[in-house]
Amino acid sequence: MPIYSQKVMEHFMNPRNVGEIENADGIGEEGNPVCGDMMTFYIKVKNGRLEDVKYKTFGCGAAIAVSSMVSEMAKGKTLKEALKITPKLVADELEGLPKNKFHCSNLGAQALQKAIEDYQKKQAGGKV
Amino acid sequence: MKKVYLDNNSTTPLLPEVRDAMLPYLAEYFGNPSCLHEWGDAPREAIETARNQVASLIGAGPEEIIFTSSGTESNNFAVKGLAMAQQKKGKHIVVSAIEHFSVLNSAKTLEKMGFSYTTVPVDKVGLVDPEKVRKAIREDTTVVSIMHANGEVGTLQPIKEIAAITKGKGIVFHTDAVATAGTIPVNVKELGVDALSLAGNMFYGPKGVGALWLKRGTRIMPLLDGGVQEGGRRAGTENVPGIVGLGKAAELGKAQMTVRNEQMVKLRDRLIRELPARIDHVIVTGHAQNRLPGHASFCVEFVEGESMLMLLSSKGIAVTSGSACTSRSLLASHVLLAMGLPHEIAQGSLLFGLGINNTADDVDYVLEVLPPIVERLRQMSPLYSKFMKQGKGG
Repeated sequence: MPIYSQKVMEHFMNPRNVGEIENADGIGEEGNPVCGDMMTFYIKVKNGRLEDVKYKTFGCGAAIAVSSMVSEMAKGKTLKEALKITPKLVADELEGLPKNKFHCSNLGAQALQKAIEDYQKKQAGGKV
Repeated sequence: MKKVYLDNNSTTPLLPEVRDAMLPYLAEYFGNPSCLHEWGDAPREAIETARNQVASLIGAGPEEIIFTSSGTESNNFAVKGLAMAQQKKGKHIVVSAIEHFSVLNSAKTLEKMGFSYTTVPVDKVGLVDPEKVRKAIREDTTVVSIMHANGEVGTLQPIKEIAAITKGKGIVFHTDAVATAGTIPVNVKELGVDALSLAGNMFYGPKGVGALWLKRGTRIMPLLDGGVQEGGRRAGTENVPGIVGLGKAAELGKAQMTVRNEQMVKLRDRLIRELPARIDHVIVTGHAQNRLPGHASFCVEFVEGESMLMLLSSKGIAVTSGSACTSRSLLASHVLLAMGLPHEIAQGSLLFGLGINNTADDVDYVLEVLPPIVERLRQMSPLYSKFMKQGKGG
């Protein structure tokens, strides 16, 4: 049996929304090359919604599929809704991840969260 | 789709001649070789034929061959069994930093039992310096275990030179020859070792069978207690079909070695020359020439090994990687780290194990397919975009 679900393979082979956003409203980075996976998420916010979500990912098949899935799940959502995306929900949407990959590769939700926090910090800074 | 198997370092395919030799022992010759009636005769004889074939492959005496279940068992048996048998003399052993886990973890287990061990480092091409082995040896050292070649980086070790150092010191020198026996000439007398491990599935024999060669007169403590199979040193009813297959593979390996390697070295050298020429920021790991004939290993910077492996697999190409993500333990290869490669580079490890079935077409196919895969992964790699920005920004 292959180690990855069909859904993981599909996203790995055809990842959605890959790239960077110039002048992004928020940037979030998670992971490091020592553990093997690293993701940077970029967001564009308009009227409290994630107008665009892009990312760059260094890592295994699971890490790439997770990034792709998170970008799909988050796009168009309000910030509040997007913050509710958890690693568990991402894994479920991907029809499961291998047990040993759940923690190390499933960093997309955290990276997105960091990008949103980065945006919120900038907003707060701007108002002061 | 074209299928190209380039993972002969993980396991080799079973040769049809080997399979044919094994089949009767899975059918009519099912008897237990320990039995004295007629059913025991053919299996017993077959085991002794295989013992001769394996002995002949490595220039040893047949009575010095102990059949085991794998290279891993042979290594466990050697390291633990030799250390235990000599514990009244001393309780210190020496290993290298790039040994297989079956050696390294055996040393760790011995440590828990009151032994101690010293790990000898390697240089950046994965070579053990014999002088460092000399320095690691103490009064109470009883076993030195240094592999003949490392399966991950292919570098061949100076076993003869190390044997010259251990000689006359009352030390038993074991070498893990799982990557070399049946593949390149291995002669225990020329190497000067006292014990040597080999495994059938590394040279077109079956899985689940290996052997430990032990120089006549060398004491070892059995790992398995039971009956008196294998001269009382390895109990358990023999894996007759496996042993027969190992013997046949040894015979064919010896006879065909020169021809096999001539072709493989050409393909290997083409990969080692062409991949770095076609893809920027590719490092050849291990020794450039002094390496296994079918072995080409690289680190591709800014990308991760498993994603390369999977994209190659989607094109019908089988390779392996020493990246953290590929390993079940999620740790980067201890071999690459011991050679001083930083984690982020070790993560881009890619390992090609050529075999006797590979052709120049296969290598051309890899050279055609891999560059766009690397390019695609680099386009989505945050490490690569950082590098490009820094590089361009000065």
